[in-house]
Amino acid sequence: MMRRRIGRGLIYLLAIMIALWILIPIYLITITAFSPKDVIYSWPKALFPRVISLETILFFINAQYVLDSLKNSVIVALLSLALALVIGAPAGYGLARHIFPGKDVFRLTILSTRAFPIVILSIPLAVTFMQWGLYDSLISVALLHVAMALPTTILVTSSVFIGVSKELEEAAMVFGCNRLQAFVRVALPLALPGLAASAIFTFVLSWNEVFAATILTLYNRTLPARLFIQLQASPLPFRFAGGFFILIPAITFMFFIRRYLFSLWGITLR
Amino acid sequence: MRWKRFNWEPYLLLLPSTLYLILFFAWPMFQAFRLAFQADDGHLTLAYMQRMFNDVMFSKALRNTVLLITAIVPIQFILALIMALLMMERLRGSDILVYIYSIPLAISDLAAGIIWFSIFTERGYLNSLLHGLGILGKPFLFLNYQTNWPFVAIVLAEVWRATSIVFVILVAGLQSIPRDYIEAAQILGANWFQRVWRVILPLLRPSIQTALILRTILAVQVFAVVRALVGRGMTVLANEAYLWYSEYRSPHLAATYAMFILTISLATAFIYLRALRVKEEIRL
Repeated sequence: MMRRRIGRGLIYLLAIMIALWILIPIYLITITAFSPKDVIYSWPKALFPRVISLETILFFINAQYVLDSLKNSVIVALLSLALALVIGAPAGYGLARHIFPGKDVFRLTILSTRAFPIVILSIPLAVTFMQWGLYDSLISVALLHVAMALPTTILVTSSVFIGVSKELEEAAMVFGCNRLQAFVRVALPLALPGLAASAIFTFVLSWNEVFAATILTLYNRTLPARLFIQLQASPLPFRFAGGFFILIPAITFMFFIRRYLFSLWGITLR
Repeated sequence: MRWKRFNWEPYLLLLPSTLYLILFFAWPMFQAFRLAFQADDGHLTLAYMQRMFNDVMFSKALRNTVLLITAIVPIQFILALIMALLMMERLRGSDILVYIYSIPLAISDLAAGIIWFSIFTERGYLNSLLHGLGILGKPFLFLNYQTNWPFVAIVLAEVWRATSIVFVILVAGLQSIPRDYIEAAQILGANWFQRVWRVILPLLRPSIQTALILRTILAVQVFAVVRALVGRGMTVLANEAYLWYSEYRSPHLAATYAMFILTISLATAFIYLRALRVKEEIRL
């Protein structure tokens, strides 16, 4: 009995230690971002801050180009989110509702796109976009982010629509709705939370993406791209506040989609 | 007999995605291939390939990338497995734990690099802690690239950031294992270790396969973490692709690097699929 209890205690200890391993670095960047500049340059640093100030964060926000990049990031992420959903959700719906020749091939192809590194898309697309006159535009970045997010969007929306019973739509049609009305009035409202989760996933993916955004833009940088190219040349407060800035929206959104974690990321190759 | 009308609906629904992926996924892949193997005058050539292999930085980048993968992926796998098995223990507050364990899913590689930079930098938190404990008198230069410490820092940052994806895939896999199997093993006298080794791990094989393939492919592209932590002190394959495109202005060489990254990715995926082959009978 005693041994059992000690064993249980050790398991809790381990679980909490792993949680701390994840949380402590987030805590550290947060206290750094809220320290005044002279504290950031000082040494040794206190692990519990004595002064809290907005100086560093304001310094970052007021730095040249930062607000523009922030705006660009939001635009690109919203564009990607909308495009991925408009293009991907119908395919997800099709996979969920129909059995048809070629379905397995389509599913497998979608799954296997995950085995292709994204790095390889950016370079040829940069060359192509330059020919199309789309280089250094926010649309070009969004188009690439959609290519990255689309396979996941299709698979997730498909599992969302599987969760919405087909009978409900059929019942609506019995009561006089046509095919489209049945979808819009019955299936869509029920699928909405899942679709929103998928959209947030695309938003976070686009918000975080560095490599393609850096390659595809020159002046119209997104926030991670701006931060990345200025990194080595910028003072410490700029870097730390910047890191904190791209971290926070991602974590916040994560909180809202925590119920969908496993359907978003847990898709296996089976 | 009337022919059943052909149902076009699913094909119409799939059409936009298919077109999009052809235009923005398949076509760029093909273009990358052309950039890597076709000279500007249209001739097929291996010159870019040769130039890449002969480049001084190539072998360094390859070596660093491979070393990072071999250090990062096994640690991530074991840590994620421990985290996933902890979730099977039905701890109190386990929904909070699941959320905390998955937070890093949303953290970008650049942010992770900056966060760990704040820890490992000269006036960073690690030096402060060591000073506080009386181990160090003055700051130690961890990120000096003549030592192995930058490598350690990158591995820690990547393990911190990207273990969650393995964790989530493994937990999803664990949920699909019927509890009866595990309880049956327990009744038959298998201890915890035997249950994990003989029952859970074999049944988890498809998820392990997915997690390892995905993680290795993402690790082959490791990029922003390295730049944020050590700047130009250490190079990796993706960084060379970036430099050749953005700084040396050679899309051909950049695409050659990208093709090389693709080749490694597909090769590792293939190796995992062979090594962890899932036999039909143990598939659930």
